[in-house]
Amino acid sequence: MMKSLPITIDSVRKTYGSYVALDDVSLDIQAGEFLTLLGPSGSGKTTLLMALAGFVRPDSGKLLLDDRDITRLAPNKRDIGIVFQNYALFPHMNVLANVEYPLALRKTPKVEARQRALDTLARVKLEGLSERNIAALSGGQRQRVALARAIVFEPRVMLMDEPLSALDKNLRETMQYEIRRLHDDLGITTIYVTHDQREALIMSDRVAVMNSGRIQQIDTPQQIYDRPSTRFVAEFMGEANIVAPGSVRRIDGADPSREALMIRAESFHLDAKLVGRDGVALDGTLCAKAFRGENWLLTLALDGGQEILVCIPAALASGCAELTTGQRVTAYAPAAKVHAIPGARA
Amino acid sequence: MLEAYPDNRLSRILLWSFCALVMAFLMLPTMVVVPLSFSSSNLLEFPPRAYSLRWYETLFGSATWMAALRTSLILGALTAMIAVPLGLLACISINRLGGKAAVAIQGVLLTPSIVPGILLAIGLFFVLAAQHLVGTLFGVLVGHVVLAIPVACVVLLPALARFDWNQVQAARSLGANWARAIGGIIVPQLQISLLSATLMAFLTSLDESVISIFVASGQNSTLPKLMFLSLRDQIDPTIAAISTLWTVIVVAVVLIVTLRQKS
Ligand SMILES: Nc1ncnc2c1ncn2[C@@H]1O[C@H](COP(=O)(O)OP(=O)(O)O)[C@@H](O)[C@H]1O
Ligand SMILES: [Mg+2]
Repeated sequence: MMKSLPITIDSVRKTYGSYVALDDVSLDIQAGEFLTLLGPSGSGKTTLLMALAGFVRPDSGKLLLDDRDITRLAPNKRDIGIVFQNYALFPHMNVLANVEYPLALRKTPKVEARQRALDTLARVKLEGLSERNIAALSGGQRQRVALARAIVFEPRVMLMDEPLSALDKNLRETMQYEIRRLHDDLGITTIYVTHDQREALIMSDRVAVMNSGRIQQIDTPQQIYDRPSTRFVAEFMGEANIVAPGSVRRIDGADPSREALMIRAESFHLDAKLVGRDGVALDGTLCAKAFRGENWLLTLALDGGQEILVCIPAALASGCAELTTGQRVTAYAPAAKVHAIPGARA
Repeated sequence: MLEAYPDNRLSRILLWSFCALVMAFLMLPTMVVVPLSFSSSNLLEFPPRAYSLRWYETLFGSATWMAALRTSLILGALTAMIAVPLGLLACISINRLGGKAAVAIQGVLLTPSIVPGILLAIGLFFVLAAQHLVGTLFGVLVGHVVLAIPVACVVLLPALARFDWNQVQAARSLGANWARAIGGIIVPQLQISLLSATLMAFLTSLDESVISIFVASGQNSTLPKLMFLSLRDQIDPTIAAISTLWTVIVVAVVLIVTLRQKS
């Protein structure tokens, strides 16, 4: 296992004209950590990654690799492995030449370079394809070549920009697992960019949610999902309902909180017995219902007028098929699944 | 139904005849010179009454013509060798810069090919005179490079626009400095365009006469300059012989380059 390094991003700011792409972003990534930057398109993820890689020069702020300031260091001197969104393989070289390229630049002896390239290709399960042309590879195989090329020179940090976005769903799930396993084998500090919430939750040690050039929250996947610190994070991470405290009543009659509450659609039950005495109830009228295979999705209009989504697993939804729109429905949620968003109003 | 490609005999014959006519119109002026060069007469007359190789003997025996031929070929090669790398670097910066600044720089870069040749030659004459370079081969070379850079750029800019710049960033992240990224990643993939640009730059120099007339001196006359001068002084079929030879050389170079691009 190679020595990996921690990264410090210290108030990095980048503007394009009057447009603020990175708004004083600060972030500490531990050595060997797998951190995901998650955010909608245009939120500044690629810009931040390219600043780390040396292709975007920050207007202000600092980037540290371990204790070393790399803010102004040339990209070729950073020793950072990058997997680009479109792979950026060299089409005029075959698979082996692509993977040997960083070693050739480092003047590694030919025999050793060949061996290391072949070993790395085996690691990403591309044995036997070393003489292929890039044009003759499938999308998944190209992805693996790009990975091999980025790790063969044993970089201390790895950056990946939406590496799986061009693959179909099944392949994407296999690769999520393989990339994470590769990270665990190599122990290399990794910053991974995606706009796919599920992917971020599945793969990461920690997730940093970005929006409009700012980091909204950085936390473990579970905390991000269950305890979002802003309304944006709550809504971006899944089917979240954010309701005013007034629309919610405690089953035991106690006073509800004063802040806006987040309850995820799948936290609801239609049976009061399934939530504890300290749970909450929301009364409303059924507006719409849809069967989605593994669950039912109900839309309720609360008495205050707000609409919420209620998702009931098919196994527990024996009554759902009989519900008719316009009917009164009460949705119950356990206290543990009701999260007050600090400072947010509904 | 699409009627864009009519398939009857008559329309096909008409189409081919029309194409043949256009080709003939393009080729005839060049072709007329060929029989003239094999004339045995002292005068340029068409068609020649009798044929001989005497004007080729005169040509190959003439130190002046041979020197001019050599000068032109060397000048063309040097022009291409200097203008294409400079043009490539200029195109890379234009491509990377983007926006209004790139448009402005591109405009400035292309002016030499838009400004009338005479104007450029006069301007160049004064610039070179100030540097005491009038009459030197180097002076002519500078002029030809100035003319050839826009020609190279016209070929290279669209090729670079199609190039995936992420590859250069990938190479840089893998440890390549600028020179190696350009030499190892861009150049091999732009080979065909670079070859075209080289050919066009070479031909630009071979074909150029105005700057040569203004700037070149007696010993380093280029071929086009000598041809103009000899047309003024004495008209004999030597000029037809050199034109024929010239055409053969240029066609050969173009064919070789084109065939290499095809393979
Ligand atoms: N070179 C540039 N010039 C102008 N605007 C840019 C440039 N690069 C990125 N941007 C803008 O910065 C914002 C963030 O872009 P990016 O980091 O690519 O977002 P993401 O990767 O999260 O989709 C986008 O709105 C984009 O238009
Ligand atoms: Mg992006």
